[in-house]
Amino acid sequence: MKDQKKDTRRKFLNQGWKLGLASILGGAALAHLKEGSGLEGTESFGETVELMDTEGNIIEVDATQVEEMASAGQAHEVRRGMPGRKFVMVVDLAKCQNALACQRSCNKHHFVTGDNAWLKVYKMQETEETGPYWMPTLCMHCDKPACVTVCPVDATFKREDGLVLIDNDRCVGCRFCMAACPYSTRVFNWNEPKQEFEMNMEMVAQMHSPEHAGMPSVKGTVDKCDFCPHQAVKGELPHCVTACPNGVFYFGDKNEDTVTNGTETVRLSKLLEDNAGYRLFEEFGTEPNVYYLPHKDRLPFEEGLENYNEFQSVEKPDTAMENPKDS
Amino acid sequence: MSRYEKLIHDLGPRGFNLRGKLWVGFLLLVILAGIVAYIEQIIEGQVVTNMRDYVLWGVYISNFVFFVATSFVAAIVIAALRLTKNEWRRPFVRLAAIVGFACIVMAGITIIIDMARPDRMMNLFIHARLQSPITWDVIIIPTFMVVSLLLLYFPLIPDLAIMRDHYSKNKPRLSRIYGFFALKWNWAAQQIRLQQKSIQILALMILPLGLILESIDAYLFSTTYRVGWDSSNFAPYFISGAMVAGLGALVSVVYIVRRNKHLQNYITNYHFNKMGKLFNLALIIYLYFNINEYLIPLFTAKKGESEHLESLLIGPYSTLFWVVSFVGLLIPAILTIFKRFRQPRWLFYIAIVVVIGSWWKRYLIVTPTLLHPYVPIQGVPESWRHYFPSLHEWLITSATLAMALLIITLLMRYVPVISIDRLAAEKELAESEHKKAAI
Repeated sequence: MKDQKKDTRRKFLNQGWKLGLASILGGAALAHLKEGSGLEGTESFGETVELMDTEGNIIEVDATQVEEMASAGQAHEVRRGMPGRKFVMVVDLAKCQNALACQRSCNKHHFVTGDNAWLKVYKMQETEETGPYWMPTLCMHCDKPACVTVCPVDATFKREDGLVLIDNDRCVGCRFCMAACPYSTRVFNWNEPKQEFEMNMEMVAQMHSPEHAGMPSVKGTVDKCDFCPHQAVKGELPHCVTACPNGVFYFGDKNEDTVTNGTETVRLSKLLEDNAGYRLFEEFGTEPNVYYLPHKDRLPFEEGLENYNEFQSVEKPDTAMENPKDS
Repeated sequence: MSRYEKLIHDLGPRGFNLRGKLWVGFLLLVILAGIVAYIEQIIEGQVVTNMRDYVLWGVYISNFVFFVATSFVAAIVIAALRLTKNEWRRPFVRLAAIVGFACIVMAGITIIIDMARPDRMMNLFIHARLQSPITWDVIIIPTFMVVSLLLLYFPLIPDLAIMRDHYSKNKPRLSRIYGFFALKWNWAAQQIRLQQKSIQILALMILPLGLILESIDAYLFSTTYRVGWDSSNFAPYFISGAMVAGLGALVSVVYIVRRNKHLQNYITNYHFNKMGKLFNLALIIYLYFNINEYLIPLFTAKKGESEHLESLLIGPYSTLFWVVSFVGLLIPAILTIFKRFRQPRWLFYIAIVVVIGSWWKRYLIVTPTLLHPYVPIQGVPESWRHYFPSLHEWLITSATLAMALLIITLLMRYVPVISIDRLAAEKELAESEHKKAAI
């Protein structure tokens, strides 16, 4: 009797174990099945999502459709990047007059509200004998990024398409990346960012991604230029490129050997070769993806002085009112 | 009173007198103010500090480096002197363990205070990346903390048993608490063998751990492209600096304890003289590394580096730099050569000055470098171009220092500051359980 009882229990345990394993395997298989048939999941749950169409109108769309659209577009993993691409920028110092349209546009589209812009135009002069010039800087999206090396939590990461981005939901705010970056390109959200969005916060939260930095900025985390991948997926140029009245910024793809400033499209290799392109602090070995063309035969330097403000790179609503010149 | 009872009376726990109570009250007040300031920092963000995008690390980090440096004392006095069989270390050992432990605990807390998102602290484990020096810190600091705690605790067990037996009649509750921590210690031969072996292993461990700890602390800076930090000299420079800060803190604490508990017969001029010699050695080695760090680079300094050095040597930081270098290092290094200045009182004054100098020294290592980035500072408010800690930073930093002192004070209140068990055995007192165990 006792033995029999033991036996049934063993049997039960044995079967239970197998059943458990089978259900785990089955579950895993089902999960895969679901993944594979992503496009076919058209079951409607009656939920709708508010979206903005290309004309800026708010439209209501079925929730299931949104997923389809996303996968139908140029699908890529945020941490891996866009397959086959290698983003690169060339900054032609000869054309820069410190118009600061780039900075204003960047500040606006990334909702930069702090006291330190992500894109800055420096007033440079190496020695008294050499001429002064304007030098726009943004994140260099280095191939050997010092910031990524020191990040303890992989919050800032390097993608296969060359971008260095920040996951503001993971950053612990140690600021080691800022200390490591020799280009001083990173800024910190020292307090709760006072950003204002035209759309409602739910939509902002939905669009929140390392691919659109500043959308929204997160208190106690690091921000910087993201090379505007949110523009690239739409096939558009970064905001600074389109805003520049002088065509200073050329943006493009190194794999295609093509860059454009919006008006002219040129071969990257030829542009760099003909104009003696160089990179900032080459000696550090950070291998930036932003190239500079020397300020030879540049536009007059003095005109930029009017816009130069040593103590401000982000216009504040109240100070803009004080300076009617800006409006 | 028998000699054994006198030992317990002199070295054992003693309630706070009025001065002691005032001292603890003062520390608690400072800590409270710091906690209030920290809560405000959590709510408002790091904006309450005077750190900004250029000076992105400030007094929190320099204070952290100071604590890490000071905790090194446990490695030197307990391990290095033990392995070299320097018997004069005896009266210092427990105090060194206490100071080292208090400082490494506070180092851990201070680095969290600097983190802008302490709520995401678990990310340091969940998403840890081994190539980041911060991850090395996340590994080494808790390791060092545990080893230094055990190195304080294991040698303490027989003393705890003595306290347990001592209080068994008069204060049974206190006796039970001591008994709990004494782990049923009864001087059995096996217990003693186990304890001795464990201490030996821990002492062997803490020396490399201490060297790694100080090196990693240096790597936090030297792994960045920054003038003044990007230096292969940095790890040994930090290790030698840690010896100075640690021994300075120890001498200061020992002197105060000796005075308050009237331990002149236990910690004698002989001990201070010996400690003074070690202190002198540490100061001279540190002086040597300072010459390597600040004077020799002048010959080949690149533009950015020479600007940085100039700001230290003749620029805005020069007053602090020279006071720290002369009063906090060179003069103490010269004075401690002479026996006269290795007398307890003199050595105490020198040590206090050295400790204060060491604290400011870390400030000089962190801040001026950050004000010399490779791209010029432009387009930011004027106030971002210099740095001095804000009220919040001072309150919080003072609180961390007060917490370290409180840990030290409380441990000294409840724990024999020199091993009674060991002294009783050495003096072959009848009550020493060691003799019985040996028989």
